[in-house]
Order: sequence, then C-alpha cells, then structure tokens
Amino acid sequence: MDATTEQLHGHRSLQHHFENMEQQREAGTLGMWVFLVTEIMFFGGMFLAYTLYRSAYPQAFASASNHLDITLGALNTGVLIFSSFTMAMAVYFTQTGKPRPQVICLVLTLLLGLTFLGIKAVEYHDKYNDHLIPGRLIPGRPFGPEVAQEGDHDPHKLHLLPGATVRQVELFYWIYFAMTGMHALHMIIGAGLLTFLLIFSLKGRFDPEYHSPVEVIGLYWHFVDIIWIFLFPLLYLLGRHLEHV
Amino acid sequence: MKPIESFEIPEPSKVNYINAQYGLKSWLLTKDHKRIALLYLGSITFFFFIGGLYAMMIRLELLTPPGDFMQSATYNKVFTQHGIIMVFFFLIPSIPATLGNFLIPMMIGAKDLAFPRINLLSWYIYMLGGVITIYALLAGGVDTGWTFYTPFSTTFSNTYVVAAGLGIFVNGFSSILTGLNFIVTVHTMRAPGMTWFRLPLFVWSLYATSLVMILGTPVIAITILLLAFERLAHVGIFDPALGGDPILFQHLFWFYSHPAVYIMVLPSMGVISELIANFSRKNIFGYSFVAFSSLAIAVFGFLVWGHHLFVTSQSVYAGMIFSFLSFAVAIPSAIKVFNWTATLYKSSISYDTPMLYALGFIGLFTVGGMTGLFLASLAVDVHLSDTYFVVAHFHYIMVGGALMGYLGGLHYWWPKISGRMYPEGWGRFSALVIFVGFNLTFLPQFVAGYLGMPRRYHAYPPEFQVFNVLSTAGASILGFGMLIPAIYFVWSMRYGKHAEANPWHLPGLEWRTQSPPPTENFAVTPIVTWEAYEFAPAEETEVVGKFRPEMERI
Repeated sequence: MDATTEQLHGHRSLQHHFENMEQQREAGTLGMWVFLVTEIMFFGGMFLAYTLYRSAYPQAFASASNHLDITLGALNTGVLIFSSFTMAMAVYFTQTGKPRPQVICLVLTLLLGLTFLGIKAVEYHDKYNDHLIPGRLIPGRPFGPEVAQEGDHDPHKLHLLPGATVRQVELFYWIYFAMTGMHALHMIIGAGLLTFLLIFSLKGRFDPEYHSPVEVIGLYWHFVDIIWIFLFPLLYLLGRHLEHV
Repeated sequence: MKPIESFEIPEPSKVNYINAQYGLKSWLLTKDHKRIALLYLGSITFFFFIGGLYAMMIRLELLTPPGDFMQSATYNKVFTQHGIIMVFFFLIPSIPATLGNFLIPMMIGAKDLAFPRINLLSWYIYMLGGVITIYALLAGGVDTGWTFYTPFSTTFSNTYVVAAGLGIFVNGFSSILTGLNFIVTVHTMRAPGMTWFRLPLFVWSLYATSLVMILGTPVIAITILLLAFERLAHVGIFDPALGGDPILFQHLFWFYSHPAVYIMVLPSMGVISELIANFSRKNIFGYSFVAFSSLAIAVFGFLVWGHHLFVTSQSVYAGMIFSFLSFAVAIPSAIKVFNWTATLYKSSISYDTPMLYALGFIGLFTVGGMTGLFLASLAVDVHLSDTYFVVAHFHYIMVGGALMGYLGGLHYWWPKISGRMYPEGWGRFSALVIFVGFNLTFLPQFVAGYLGMPRRYHAYPPEFQVFNVLSTAGASILGFGMLIPAIYFVWSMRYGKHAEANPWHLPGLEWRTQSPPPTENFAVTPIVTWEAYEFAPAEETEVVGKFRPEMERI
C-alpha cells in the first residue's frame, strides 16, 4: 500500500474507534482468523466422532462409503477448488483496484458455490430414494425399511461387508449428513456473504485502501472449501478398495 | 511527537457516557462498550437472582432428611436449573462481559473494542439464549442436571431438554463473540507505548480467558446440537442402542465444561491481581509469572477434562495421565497465590471493601484448589465422586473464587462505572457477612460428602442432618449478604458521594480519565510511558495529577 497514514486518515470507510485504515484492516483480518479457529473446533467435534466410529466399525464405514456417489463428490471437489481460485482473484482485483474483473470474479464464485449446493442437493435426493437417511430425520421414512424388521442381516441393497451391521451403517450416514449438512449450511451463509459483497462492489465501495471485507470473506470461503477437502476423502474415498461382497 | 501528559485529567466535563444520550433507544442500539457492559450487568444480575432462588429452594429441601418440601422430580429440575442458570447465564459472562467489556478498552487506551457492533450483537444473543432457557423453565423445566448426560437426556428424560440445550447453544455464541472481540482488541487496539508487558494483569487474564472461550465453546455447541438431533430424530452418536457411545458425550461435554471453570475463575484472578497490587500500593511480585500463569492455566485447563471420567469406563492409563495433568494445573494456580501473598509482604495494605474480597478470595480459592487435588487423585476420587465433597469443592472455586472476584471488582471499579462511591461501611459489612455465610454454607458439605452423602438426592439419612442445617443457615446468611450490595449499589447511583476521577489514587490508565468516562474514554489518545503498577512515593500519590511527571522515564 503506497498511501501514507495522513492520506488514509479520514477515509470514508474508517470507523471512529480506529486510528487509521491499517489498524482497521488488521483488526478485521485477525478477527476472521480467530473466528476460523472457533470453526475448526466446531467441526472438530464431528471429526472426532468420525475418527472414533471409523476405528470402531471399519467394515461398516467401508460398506456405507460404497453407496456415496464418487463422481458427484469429485465433481463438487473440483467446483469448490475452482471457486477458491475465483475468490482469490476477486481479492486480487480489489486490492489492485480493478472493479470490473472484481465483480466478474465475485459472480463466478457465487455461481460455483450455488453449483456445489445444487449437486449436493442431487446427492441428498439420491440418498432419500435409497432409504439411506438415518433415524427419523425424514419422519415416516426410516433407514432401510424392508431390512429393519428382519434384524441386522444383510439388507436388500446395502451389500454389507462381513462384520458390519445396519445400525453401524446408519451411524455412518448420520455422521455423513451431520458433517456435509453443516458444511452446506456454511456454504449457504457464504453465498449470502458473497451477495452482500457483490452489492457493495457494484456500489463501488471497495478500493485499494479499503478492501478488507473482500479479503475477510475470502478467508471464510477458503476455509469452507478446506473443510470439504477433508470431508471428501474421509467420507467418499477411504475404504473404497474393499470391494462389494 | 511530544507525549501528552496523560496524568493530567482534563477539566471534568459534564458530559459522560451515561448522559451523552437519553432514551431507551440510545441504550438498546448503543455501540459503546461501557453501555453494553451495563446492559450485561443488568441482565446477569437478573439471572443471578433467579439462580439464587433455585439455590434457596435446594437448601430449604435439604433442611430435613425426608423429601418433604418438594417431590424428587421437582428437586431434579430445581438443581438442574440452578446449575444451568448460574453456570451459563451468570458465571461465564459475569466478569468478562461486564468488567472486561467496560475496562479492557480503558486499560489499553482505546476508544472502544475492535468490533463494537459484534459486541452489541453478543448481548442480544445472550438475551435470546436467556429467553429460550427461561421458556424451557416456565414450560416445565429440565431435569438432566446441568451436565446433560446421555442416554438419560436423549432417551429417557421427558422434560424440556431440547429447549434448554438450544438456550445454551445460542448463548455460547455470545461467549465466542466476546472472546473474539477481546483477543482482537488486545492485539490491535493498544495505545502507543502500551506494550504487552505494560498491560494490567486483568487484561492478561481476560486474554487467557478469551482463548478458552474461543477454543472450548464451539465444542459444547456442536455437542449440544448433536444431542438435540439425537433426541429429536433418533439418530445416534451417543446412544449405545444405535451403535453410539455415551462416554463420547462425556468427553466432548467436559472438553468444554472443565475449561469453562477457568472461564469463570481466570477473570476473577485478574481482578484479584489488580486489587492486591493496588490496595497494597506495591508493584505485583513477579509480574511476568502472574501473566504467564494465566496462559498456562488456559492451556493446561484443556488437558485435564478426563478427571471427570475417573469412574467411567475410561482406560486406567488415560486416568493416570489425566490425574497427573490435573495436578500439574495446580502449579500455575499456586504461582498466583504465592505471588499475591509475596506482594502483600511489607506493603501498605488498606482494608477497603475490594481488598476484603481479594483477601477472602485468596483463602477460599486455596481451599477450593487444594480440595480439587483430592478429586484429581484416582483412588480418592472413587470414594468422593458424586458426593457433596464435589459440590463443596466446585462452589469454593465458583462462588468463593469467581463470585468474590466479581464482587470485589464491582466495588473497586464502581466509582468509575457509575461516577458515585458506594457506602464503604456497608461494603465492608456485607463483604464480611458474605464471607462468613459462604463458609458456613459450604464447609459442612465437605464433611457430609466425605462421610458419604451423595449429591442430587432430595432425601438423605438423618445422620447428615446437622451438616445440612449448618449449610442452610449459612446459605440464608449468604443470601442476605448478597442483598446488601444489590441495594446499596442501586442506592448509590442516585445518592452516593460523587466520585473523583481517581478515588483510589492509582496509576492505571482507567483512572486517568474522568468518572464516569466520556464516550470516547479519553480526551486524547494517551501515550503510555510508565510500567504497570508503577507507584509513586507514598507522600506524593495522594495528590492526583501531581505524581506523574517525575515518573516519566521515556
């Protein structure tokens, strides 16, 4: 940043309790990093549960993994990684003061985020059709209905590996829905934040001296992507080498 | 730039943060950290009295051995609600959200916290969580104990578990936002010259508290969320019938809830460090040790949760490690106690009300901490687990520790907050009443618990009656003692003597502006050229504004 402190002082976006734009930007960035730490701890509880039950029921987790759509999962991973790239470019164009490409990048990021949510919705719908939604999350539609009455033997299409039970597969699917659902909620919030950024960008609120909202929301967006980067291999890929019985 | 002589308090202006604006809207939409602190002060006092009412009901029931005052099911709800209200809605926000909110910007020479809007938002979230919880209490209450152990809470209890859990879940975000705000503020908003090692120890301890808040609270949030889903949708991470593990709940719960004890007591320790140094008019003994012991407590505090699981199926080896680590956390705590005591040595102590609370804290916290070591010992814990010994132990920390610090701090900074003095005579009297009442309430519980009286029962064998009568008598005295400050604080707001800018004649930055402070805290951004607790010679400290120039070193 080449502007001196005097020039920065009195920027229209400077809040009264900060001395200068630099201090305001630092506070905003640190605030987001601290918030992301809390997010790590929040998801950490679920990652712990995943680790615990994966080590307790490896066969059930492998059986359950086989029912996830690896193509859609991989596609979604690509979509998110690309959205992180467009987000990073949006930050770059804001910092260098290029409003047009900045707006284009924000729109692209938003569209990619919505694409992810759309594909996720398709996946959830497949799980609904396959009776793979655990417990009473959907009232009146229990997990694997034909099988539940017959006890824990091999159900009609779960293809359980030896040692796995339906209950354990159901537990996997609860963890799957809890983790991906919480991730999707974060994506929805992220899409809302991007919309705000877009509105403010179109109003021309950001310039090379005031770009911290773009930067800070960018951090959040990357974080949500990283969560998915962990979820994809843990839920979709691990244990797939154990072929169907 | 020439350093401004910030010791010179500018001509007291008639305008301060309280009368700067009028009307309900100016309070409910304020972004001033001082006004938000007062909003918090009012609301946590409200919750404190609700929690206190439940405490009184518990003590009334336990006055006699049979369960005659209420049914066992009612009793379960009463102690649960006492715990939930006191822990989540009084103790955790108490010092950080009121004194911390008010003082951190003033102590570091800032105009406000880094995120004033988030600060206001945290109060609204707190109130929303409070309203949901009160709904749960009014709709029929909750009976799981404040610990919400599964599978009772998920499968068997037919009370308002989800509503109460939701209240705590929502309230957690207020705690997270407060912690986040404090951390960013201390990092980025310090006045020129206010280096880390010039920070008052109160700021250090709140910084450590904030670390615990941001690292621990999200874990309880996800735990409660999973518990609520488990109860509503019959999906099971914690239910053994569904392949889950109830011990996982206990691990996740205590991963937050043990450090939560440090959220309660660390700020209190910060207050005590201020009081001990300032009322003995001496620099604190071993500043950096006291500062770093706060961080050490915050870090070690995260590694000891397993001592709540000694009597579960937790592995013996894990138990041994958790036992060792729980002993280890006593070291930084003891460093503080020894350093406070060493500060008192050969100092000029004045026994004003805040100092009485501080001295009380040292004794009570020591008892609470030492009895904690009994419970951290594997074999002894088997005998003492779930007895009144545990109840007495954590009340010595939470009431004897956290509450004493809170009351001491409230008296100490009351002149700054309200611009009025509290009545000193009544202050000392109530401090004494509270100290006596507190010990009479909880000392007998150690004995009753050691002899085998279990907690959470509404009836007990007659041989324990003598301890319970003593305890109930003590609780009455304690309750009476609490009413006195509640009355005179309100009284003093209108009729108290006007406070000067620096009524205690102290060097801290918060005393170098008028009382009550202006909205911007300081007329000009101060430039700090002195160390923390840098006292001038006694004969000069009496005159406000005169004792700075010769101390100017840089």
